[in-house]
Amino acid sequence: MLRVLDLTVVVDGKVILEDINLEINPGETHVLFGPNGSGKSTLLGTLIGFNRYKVVNGRIFFKGEDITHLSVYERARRGLGLLFQRPPTIRGLTMRDMINICSQGRGDVEQFAARLNFERFLDREVNHGFSGGELKRSELVQLLAQDPDLVLLDEPESGVDIESIALIGRAINKLLQRDLPDGENRRPLKKKREERQKAGLVITHTGHILNYVNADVGHVLFEGRLSCHGNPRELFTCIQKLGYGECVRCVV
Amino acid sequence: MTKKDHLTPEQFKQEAPKHPYQDVLETLDLLDQDRLRQVGVVLQDADRVGTFLQMDHSVVHCSVAHEGLEVLSTEEAARRYDWLREYRWKMLPRDLDEFTTYAQEHARHGYFVRALPGTKATYPLQACLYIAHDGVAQCVHNIVVVEEGAELNVITGCLSASEVKTGLHVGISEFYVKKNAKLTFTMIHNWAPKMQVQPRGATVVEEGGLFLQNFVCMHPVARLQMNPAIYLKGPGAVARSNTILVCTPGSWMDVGSRVYLQAPQTRAEVVARTITTGGRVINRGHLVGEVPGVKAHLECHGLLLTPQGLIHAIPELEARAEGAEMSHEAAVGKIAPEEIEYLMARGLDEDKAKATIVRGFLNVKMEGLPDELQAKIDEAVRQSQESVL
Repeated sequence: MLRVLDLTVVVDGKVILEDINLEINPGETHVLFGPNGSGKSTLLGTLIGFNRYKVVNGRIFFKGEDITHLSVYERARRGLGLLFQRPPTIRGLTMRDMINICSQGRGDVEQFAARLNFERFLDREVNHGFSGGELKRSELVQLLAQDPDLVLLDEPESGVDIESIALIGRAINKLLQRDLPDGENRRPLKKKREERQKAGLVITHTGHILNYVNADVGHVLFEGRLSCHGNPRELFTCIQKLGYGECVRCVV
Repeated sequence: MTKKDHLTPEQFKQEAPKHPYQDVLETLDLLDQDRLRQVGVVLQDADRVGTFLQMDHSVVHCSVAHEGLEVLSTEEAARRYDWLREYRWKMLPRDLDEFTTYAQEHARHGYFVRALPGTKATYPLQACLYIAHDGVAQCVHNIVVVEEGAELNVITGCLSASEVKTGLHVGISEFYVKKNAKLTFTMIHNWAPKMQVQPRGATVVEEGGLFLQNFVCMHPVARLQMNPAIYLKGPGAVARSNTILVCTPGSWMDVGSRVYLQAPQTRAEVVARTITTGGRVINRGHLVGEVPGVKAHLECHGLLLTPQGLIHAIPELEARAEGAEMSHEAAVGKIAPEEIEYLMARGLDEDKAKATIVRGFLNVKMEGLPDELQAKIDEAVRQSQESVL
């Protein structure tokens, strides 16, 4: 699904990411750990193609195609999606219109919204005056409508209260085809797992989201380098006990 | 503004050929009909409770089709009613500036509209001030009186004929919204690029009255200057003002709204959205809280779509009494790159993303607009963004 080769990224003349190599296969969800300022958001922003992140070396392949120099919308149309950590407000544009933009008019806006108890926000302006948790729900409704094949999630749990985090976890699992069989989807879990195509890359600072979303592989990003890989829970426990510096030192 | 651009009223033609009266608007020249439609004029009277059309200095049509409403030329109203003196030059000083002084001496007609007590007009009344000959100075004095408990919706189209290049329009407007009355007043401008436009307006709102004011100008104009005042004189009076301006290269717009909150429990909301595609905009807003227990909010937002334009937002709050609760928000800048990338990440290309943001920016809820007029405004928004992007 995604292959990143020797990626080096510069922001405002400063190297933020160096020699990043990463491969995410269809159906896999990866987690990215790392302290503040380690370059996690920069990596996600580079993958989606934001203008301020300059790729000075390396390549990004998505579904076998070199997308290193494609624009943001071209990547979105090929199946990349991003949950923004701090999405902007779009004045005068309703959530309803925004969801229709995401779905290109396919699918039922009310249904997407219902998954996140978001119906009463549909006629509000996009993200205007939303609380932290409402912003994440807004992002997830949009992503459900967009239905990307690889979804990049930048701190999906930040600013979310305890009650909403389960709701957000369920929506992420739905996006990643990891939802449990329910009334509308009774296919056996094993079958679903085998057929799963959707992939994810999740940034988490607190690790809380791991209680709701199962990830396959974890990575630690430290000072712009991917320093360590492994079982996400094991890595997280190590980070919690010993801190990032120690974790890198002991694993590398 | 260079000295060369500063034109005085005397530089324009005082006289214009007479235009014959038309019993129905459909007998007007087809080109004129087309222009009128641009500012929301409906040619068949069915969806309007009244129509007033003035071309240059001639009243070309004046009709009313609703019990309790009166539409006349202001000159005719002055002949009929002695009491009109109580409404003329009561809120605006005659010597306010050179344009007002000129209008005081040279005003011809303008509309007089009165809704008798308790009259509730469902459909809008349309008033149209049209400059048909090049270089003419058109000065009018408009008076609207909405008597106690009455409700009225006035749509004014101010425009020039397609062959007109230059001219002067000075509109003196005095509106009276009496106790528990409601006036919705929408003004759409569509001028020739070399026009000078100098409206001078004031409105007084009595106890429990409601005044909604909408102003839209999305076409080039050499110089447009207006800063109408609203006096909330009676307890509980409410005013809401919405302004949308699109300022093209070569245009100069100095537009504002002033609200004086003079009685307890009065409320005001003033919203302005301005876009420049290369012209210069001064966007003023001024709230004056004169007594305790009033509440008002001012919003001036400006968007620069090209580096050549200029937007100067001047929001002012003036509290003259303790407990006057007033706030403002003002923001001027180009389209935020984060917003463009946000929409691009949802699959829109850059041009569509920008267009979506501009459309949203200008998406100000204006009350009292008929659907077809709203559609006209949406279309003008679409055209103005296409011309830039």
